[in-house]
Amino acid sequence: MRRTGLVLIAFVAVLAAAAPLVSPHDPATKYDDRMHAPPTRLHLRDEAGNWHWPFFHPLRLADRLESRFEEDASRTVRLKLFTRGVLIAEEDPAAGLWLPLGADSYGRDLFARILYGARVSLGVSLLAVLGSLLLGVIVGSVAGYFGGALDEALMRLAEMVVVLPTVYLVLALRAVLPLVLEPAQIFALMAGIFALVGWPFVARGVRGIVASERRREYAEAARAAGAGHARILVRHLLPATAGHLGIQATLLLPAFILAEATLSFVGVGFLDPTPTWGTMLHDAASVSALAQFPWLLAPAGGIFVVVLGVNLVVQGSRGERRARALRHVW
Amino acid sequence: MFALLLVFFVSSGAVLLTRVAPGSVVADLVAAGASRAEIQRERARYGLDRPILEQYASWLSHAARMDFGESLMYPGQRVSALVRDRAGNTAVLAIVALALATLAGIPLGVVSGSRRSGVLGGAIRTVSLVCLSLPPLVTSLVLVLVAARTGWFPIGGMTSIDATSAGWLPWLRDVAWHLPLPSVALALPMAAVLERLQSQSIGETLREPYMLATLARGVGRGRLVWRDGFKASVGPVASIYGLMIGSLLSGSFVVEIVTSWPGLGRLMFDALRARDLYLVAGCATLGSVFLAAGTLVSDVALALADPRVRVEDRA
Repeated sequence: MRRTGLVLIAFVAVLAAAAPLVSPHDPATKYDDRMHAPPTRLHLRDEAGNWHWPFFHPLRLADRLESRFEEDASRTVRLKLFTRGVLIAEEDPAAGLWLPLGADSYGRDLFARILYGARVSLGVSLLAVLGSLLLGVIVGSVAGYFGGALDEALMRLAEMVVVLPTVYLVLALRAVLPLVLEPAQIFALMAGIFALVGWPFVARGVRGIVASERRREYAEAARAAGAGHARILVRHLLPATAGHLGIQATLLLPAFILAEATLSFVGVGFLDPTPTWGTMLHDAASVSALAQFPWLLAPAGGIFVVVLGVNLVVQGSRGERRARALRHVW
Repeated sequence: MFALLLVFFVSSGAVLLTRVAPGSVVADLVAAGASRAEIQRERARYGLDRPILEQYASWLSHAARMDFGESLMYPGQRVSALVRDRAGNTAVLAIVALALATLAGIPLGVVSGSRRSGVLGGAIRTVSLVCLSLPPLVTSLVLVLVAARTGWFPIGGMTSIDATSAGWLPWLRDVAWHLPLPSVALALPMAAVLERLQSQSIGETLREPYMLATLARGVGRGRLVWRDGFKASVGPVASIYGLMIGSLLSGSFVVEIVTSWPGLGRLMFDALRARDLYLVAGCATLGSVFLAAGTLVSDVALALADPRVRVEDRA
């Protein structure tokens, strides 16, 4: 179970990292005559029943208003490995486009957008996880190490953030900042906001570990040997928190992926030209579009695969990680 | 006590945040080419020309009496009334979803937890893992797709357009007709969480020596699982409900937007986009009241059910 989960996550991560090598088309190119085109059907056998290397019949626009397409059986286009610098693509894009998951309302390749979107969605979530860990470690270790009124104050603050209605908090934070920003600014901003919401989960555990570890003999010995506060904390106490940090990272990652998708979906996260799983789902927000072109839901599959991967890893492992996971609210 | 403090911080935070936010309702007037004097008059009407602290103090003194002022987005409507209406709708959705999740998750958890091997237990575990990975955003979109394709259920809203005039019984039936889609979308991942917890909990309970002893005394297996095992294992599961209120709130936010359920999340979203700061503050306050109340209720219920909680308390 654990291994399956790791494979799923690694699969998505590799696809995202290698997006320029895998994606058959550019994610931003708008094919005007392919708006809402359905996923291309691949064939292995021709009408005579002979087997072939995968090929497809190019689509012909049957009705532009209704976005209806039909296969042009008179022509065939073959797929080719290692062509035009990508893993697999159609032999000749001029003869017919291969759209593995169809096209969106602007006629952009959904498959390409999911791949490139994974980079943004996973990237922002990873950055936010790192930010939460960093903030959480700093606050938690300071609170746990020094104790006293500072500890009390920091932990009350953390509790405050933990019990806040998260969505409302993120929305309010996002809303006070200008709506229209450069994609890179949005990227940094979202990661920052998520980190601000996520750190207390990390900090509370780190504080507990540091507070108990600093009374142990080895910490005592380090102090006797003349080590300063910073050295004791970083070199001696923080390694003990590694397990806790790992657990929190696996729990925060899916939560942040989902948060990005939610914010972009409702229109206050990333905005359209940037491909992310959330902005792509935004296309599916209209019921009529969703009912007619269900392949717009494809990015939801991406979210599902990653979250399932994490859940498999978590549920497949023993002990604290598994016990904690279900109590983690998102 | 902590709950009160929480409410206070959230609500004042919301007001201050919206206050420092760029743009305001009067910005539209500027764009429309209103004269300086007109803008001044509008600003004075909404009290925007006074210093921030003074605005805040006046808002606070009113908020203490649960009076959040007048909405800017819906002119002439009190925020408190608007918020109260919508909060009721959210509560209906949340309670139905919670009930669904409980009714599905707990019994299934008992079944899968008491059969470690076997097809049925395995099937439940698999389905549960899948549902655990289906956030409300995804399920609600998929369910809307199914509803739109098949016409089995309405695709959104809480009532049909002509429903209000027909009397309360048809109205109730109409709401019940609109409920399944959003509540199932909200309930699925929670049911999965409950199933997993109950399954693990009863699995551990059944391995206890006293369970073996009971079995040896001749108590039937069904009775052992459903009476003794269930009673002993449901306690730890119950403690999750306090935390679930939070995910209910965030989940219902998404579901309300996807399915146009006229609830608190939807209202806050609209208010944010219209920069209606009093309404935002009202929603945020009520959201935290919900959360605080839910946590309080579940804590009290837990303490009543299990006396040990009262003694340990804040570890």
